[in-house]
Amino acid sequence: MFKMGKTIFEKIWGQHKVDSIEGGPDILFIDKQFIHEVTSPQAFEGLRNRKTGVRRPDRVVATTDHNVPTIDQHLPIQEELSRLQVSKLEENCKEFGIDFYGLSHPYQGIVHIIGPELGITQPGMTIVCGDSHTSTHGALGTVAFGIGTSEVEMVLATQCILQYKPMTMRINIDGKPGKGVTSKDIILYVISKLTASGGTGYFIEYSGSTISSLSMEARMTICNMSIEMGARGGIIAPDQVTFNYIKGRKFAPEKENWSKKEKEWSQLFSDPDARFDKEYSFKAEDIEPMVTFGTNPGMGIGISEHIPFDLDESDKSLQYMGFMPGDQLLNKPIDYVFLGSCTNGRIEDFRAFTSIVKGRKKADNVTSYLVPGSKLVEAQIKDEGIDKILNNAGFELRQAGCSACLAMNEDKVPEGKYCVSTSNRNFEGRQGPGSRTILASPLTAAASALTGKITDPRVFI
Amino acid sequence: MKPINIIKSTAVPVPIENIDTDQIIPARFLKATSKQGFGDNLFRDWRFRNDKKDPEFPLNNPSFKGKILIAGRNFGCGSSREHAAWALKGYGFDVVVSSFFADIFKNNALNNGLLPITVSPDFLHYLIDLVISDPETIIEVNLKNQTIREFIKGNQEYFDINPYKKDCLLKGFDDIAYLISIKPEIKSWEALNNK
Repeated sequence: MFKMGKTIFEKIWGQHKVDSIEGGPDILFIDKQFIHEVTSPQAFEGLRNRKTGVRRPDRVVATTDHNVPTIDQHLPIQEELSRLQVSKLEENCKEFGIDFYGLSHPYQGIVHIIGPELGITQPGMTIVCGDSHTSTHGALGTVAFGIGTSEVEMVLATQCILQYKPMTMRINIDGKPGKGVTSKDIILYVISKLTASGGTGYFIEYSGSTISSLSMEARMTICNMSIEMGARGGIIAPDQVTFNYIKGRKFAPEKENWSKKEKEWSQLFSDPDARFDKEYSFKAEDIEPMVTFGTNPGMGIGISEHIPFDLDESDKSLQYMGFMPGDQLLNKPIDYVFLGSCTNGRIEDFRAFTSIVKGRKKADNVTSYLVPGSKLVEAQIKDEGIDKILNNAGFELRQAGCSACLAMNEDKVPEGKYCVSTSNRNFEGRQGPGSRTILASPLTAAASALTGKITDPRVFI
Repeated sequence: MKPINIIKSTAVPVPIENIDTDQIIPARFLKATSKQGFGDNLFRDWRFRNDKKDPEFPLNNPSFKGKILIAGRNFGCGSSREHAAWALKGYGFDVVVSSFFADIFKNNALNNGLLPITVSPDFLHYLIDLVISDPETIIEVNLKNQTIREFIKGNQEYFDINPYKKDCLLKGFDDIAYLISIKPEIKSWEALNNK
């Protein structure tokens, strides 16, 4: 009988399907759940009300990231509600026997940074977290997606989730990206073409020569922003780049177990005859450094381009941003720069930023938040002497957390101020009430921090 | 969860597209450890400007009230925060009508007995215009029949909902309780698959 090939997504999904409900969702086994302080307390409360425990505490990892301060982390958290939420998580983890990487732990950091860097995230896994950017882990060949708190409770209670199988989409990107074009620019370009809802209902596989040539961390930036198109998740087939990245990490398989796992992981690719429900192809050569001009991540343009002339002056997002149709963003004055988040808070992002600002000076009118994604990233920054180069250029390094990406802590952008941000969302008020966010790559953020204006990083390369 | 079948009410129109969950409930209000109280800060930064109510925003217009929110396409995009569903429910909405919903929000809404009803773009615009011209317009959502109907001219549309989910909502049945009830099956699957 003719047997149709499978996509990598379908393979992993199939390997984790416990059962399916007739006319309803599949019951999917979850290999790993990450939890944090903001979307978990009500889930634990639910467990208590049901008088049930955490079924597989060995498959849950907790950290604090969303609301933690990024200075003086050795002191008690000043803000009362944040302090309560963080201590609640610690209590819950203690009560239910869950590994907890709190502020005083060397592994603390943004959930989506620490999973891969500790070798917890491994190809072929199913991973969930009460956070939409869980899609990041897909870069290592996992089926990873964000869930709500009821679902966090569901997975804590049973290690399974009821889930409808999404449709499949493949996005091919081929060619060699030009000077100053990073994976952040690639994904902002793709989102600008597909719009903020173009991926809704789909699980996206990214492939093509451009994707294969990207480093592991650059791939994470791509998968991270899948949700900004509404996609359930993003995935990249694991290859030698993936295996080299994982090998030797804290929780990576060791010795004979490693070769067994590597063999297994090598089977995770989409069969040549696999069919996708939707497919798009883009050329890397068409992409230049990208910036957003509006209030959703789909509103992006090349840095040399103009805001579309056919937009209405009264467009809600343009009014909010204080821009006009036809404006060029190049040379518009800015006030803040944010380097960090699960999108661009890894060591390569700090290296990229530093490559531009090294030996130069930050503009006086720019306030910067430079926030490592984890304690391990922070340690690596110091090991490589990057912090000194940054200091000499007039920047200060902060401590690990989500920080100004969603401004739950003190790191906010004031009303009306412009921030060139390496994070993932430019929604109204995302970086603080009234803040105006321009999403860009670490290179563009660095170049703009030097001039105090939106600046094409290619000028400094 | 309480069983749901028929919801009959006036409606509040917020005809804006791509309403993300950061607008529904801004991040700075996510620090509570219970599900209560989020309704107070629903659409906080659109309802209030400099701590004063913005009279332009429909939720502040006394003629618009009811249990049904009608909003533009791609409602609930962005963050996975279930607090968005809690805020809408806490404020008093039982239904959100739009022509397109973001996936995670839709799941979160259904898990909290908040009905996300997807209608055609034409019917959405029709309903918005109708409610704006006559805020007393009564709209009825009938889950069993999968219909949404307005009582001015009697026009209605059929909506889709997964039969499993529909059954759960009609009975007030809870997904988690179901999964807990099949724990033995999950355990044997784990043993078989070396998990």
